Amino acid sequence: MSASGHERILLAHGGGGQLMDELIRRHILPGLANDTLAELGDSARLNLTSGSLCFTTDSYVVKPLFFNGGDIGKLAVCGTVNDLAVAGARPAALTLSLIIEDGFEIEVLDRILASVAAAARESSVEVVTGDTKTVEAGAADKIFINTAGLGVRVAGADLGFEKIAAGDRILINGTIGDHGMTIISQREDMGFQSGLESDCAALASLTCRLLENTMAIRFMRDPTRGGLAATLNEIAGGAGLSIEIRETDIPVKPAVQAAAEMLGFDVLTIANEGKFVAVVERESAERCLSLCRDHPLGKNAKIIGEVVETRDVPTVEMETRIGGRRIVQMPYGRELPRIC
Amino acid sequence: MLDRINKAQRQTKAACEALGRQINVMEVCGTHTVSIFRNGIRSILPGNLKLLSGPGCPVCVTDQGYIDAVLELAERQDCIIATYGDMIRVPGKDRSLETKQAKAGVRVVLSSEDALQLAKDNPDKTVVFIAVGFETTAPATAVVVKEAAAESIDNFCILSGHKLVVPAMRALLSGKNNKIDAFLCPGHVSVIIGYGAFAEIVEDFARPCVVAGFEAVQIIEGLNEICGQLSAGKAALKSMYSAVVTEKGNAAAQQVIKECFEPVGGYWRGLGKIEKSTLKLRDKYERFDAFKRFGLSETPSEERKGCRCGEVLCGLIEPPECGFFGQVCTPQKPVGPCMVSSEGACAAWFKYGRERIRKP
Ligand code: SF4
Repeated sequence: MSASGHERILLAHGGGGQLMDELIRRHILPGLANDTLAELGDSARLNLTSGSLCFTTDSYVVKPLFFNGGDIGKLAVCGTVNDLAVAGARPAALTLSLIIEDGFEIEVLDRILASVAAAARESSVEVVTGDTKTVEAGAADKIFINTAGLGVRVAGADLGFEKIAAGDRILINGTIGDHGMTIISQREDMGFQSGLESDCAALASLTCRLLENTMAIRFMRDPTRGGLAATLNEIAGGAGLSIEIRETDIPVKPAVQAAAEMLGFDVLTIANEGKFVAVVERESAERCLSLCRDHPLGKNAKIIGEVVETRDVPTVEMETRIGGRRIVQMPYGRELPRIC
Repeated sequence: MLDRINKAQRQTKAACEALGRQINVMEVCGTHTVSIFRNGIRSILPGNLKLLSGPGCPVCVTDQGYIDAVLELAERQDCIIATYGDMIRVPGKDRSLETKQAKAGVRVVLSSEDALQLAKDNPDKTVVFIAVGFETTAPATAVVVKEAAAESIDNFCILSGHKLVVPAMRALLSGKNNKIDAFLCPGHVSVIIGYGAFAEIVEDFARPCVVAGFEAVQIIEGLNEICGQLSAGKAALKSMYSAVVTEKGNAAAQQVIKECFEPVGGYWRGLGKIEKSTLKLRDKYERFDAFKRFGLSETPSEERKGCRCGEVLCGLIEPPECGFFGQVCTPQKPVGPCMVSSEGACAAWFKYGRERIRKP
């Protein structure tokens, strides 16, 4: 029996009455406790230091809800924090909106909320306001989460496609494909889940560290859906320049590589949830790399390529492991369903 | 590994220089096609060594008539179509299974077992398994047909479009315009049929046949073996994939195919009708034959206007020579199956090649 005396979510839990009040006070507030949220006002009142703000939102519908290395709660915090982080901001406040299907077990909700709380704590961000809705069985798949995030731009951080120049280096903070391959293998029950673990993590502590210690960062983006291939193509397209990468320098865990090959996926197109790609000034590339490597989320960081002048249209080209060359396309085709 | 690649690359170059003419090697396996492109193998080969992607992608070789038969079945309210994923985007006359999929009726399965399970779970519908593929997938189809027979699961049937590789290779070499000097033979198919199955190609047509695995180094060493043979004026059968492929192949798999299917004449995209190239259920299993059950015939049907998949599959043209390539026809909006399937030649050229970019 849960703290509120119910085992499952009822439609009435979203009805604005006593049940909802109980749900909020007994299940949602305790883990997230902070002064702003405790006011339970219609709006959260924030006192942010002046400066330029970044604002973002994302919805999370991942299936399965729990996966090796994380769950929908952790993902909902990390994903939004990362969107702020790669924009050069330090996350300050999050919102948390839950859409819950009638009949969802409250015990499972508690686990998800606990991991929201833990992830928020780890990235030093507060959940300051939120909302809970319940819908009839079948109108949602268990639980969907939306978070919006507000961040304050790190002083001096000035990122943008237009800052990118030929000669800049491409840096990634670790192995690729971990999140996507974990979800895919778990969904399909492929039986080779060993060694696969989502990289789901909040990157703000690492990105802020970089931005505070060097002026060399020109642009950052997190390679989530569409993977490294999509992100590099977006960067090339946005900057109007081409990118060359080296396959041998791209970190991939052997288990991820093996699983991708078995299923016929190109690991470059597989989603990540704890990675960022940074375009850094050539002269400071090594320094950025060592700043990354001193941080737990950047131990396997690598310089994987560089920005070059464009011959015809902006492209991403890769030198393969055997010394051949090929284009890295913007991924297309069937989107893998609900990996985030 | 790089040492082996460099060595094979050097030797290949020397052999090709000695030959002093264009050499055309055809790979007959979609997995080879993808690996060749993904690894950028073409870019490190001598200029006069050309790789042609042959009829190695199961979805691509499937005749339009078969696709239309599938779409016809998908219209029926009393059927569930169980298909491998690649098949659902192949365009038919005016639609694809994907457009049908939204209306339930069509399910993507990962294995023939899943399709049979679907039949068990839906006793009030007939589940039709879209059985395509070469000797690699045919045994799995045969196994579920036997299972359905043993357990009397009568709401299950298959639409067999299974194809055999060797008859297609013969047909290619018998074609007037063929420029094929040698075959890089498929690894997976060879595991089943054994490399000995290609001996007839070597004997009857004097073309080198070399079986190779799918890693870059295996492919390059396979090509090196072929070029070595050609420059020495030889044509031999050789397996470079000895860890997995034997001369006689997998007897149990061959047996189960033989028990359930007989080879009959069948239509291939681009190649037309080829004798003894398509697997049809034997009479004792005919009640699981969807063609019979629904009175369908696989009449050959025209390719979509302007699509040159047929010529691509025969190695007569390269995808960028098709006027639609990269313009009208892209993976998002494929015109022909070679752009749909991840193993299709057009998709591989589009995805990994520079040609798409050079086009105006
Ligand atoms: S590019 Fe498209 S239209 Fe042309 S042959 Fe290939 S699949 Fe057919």
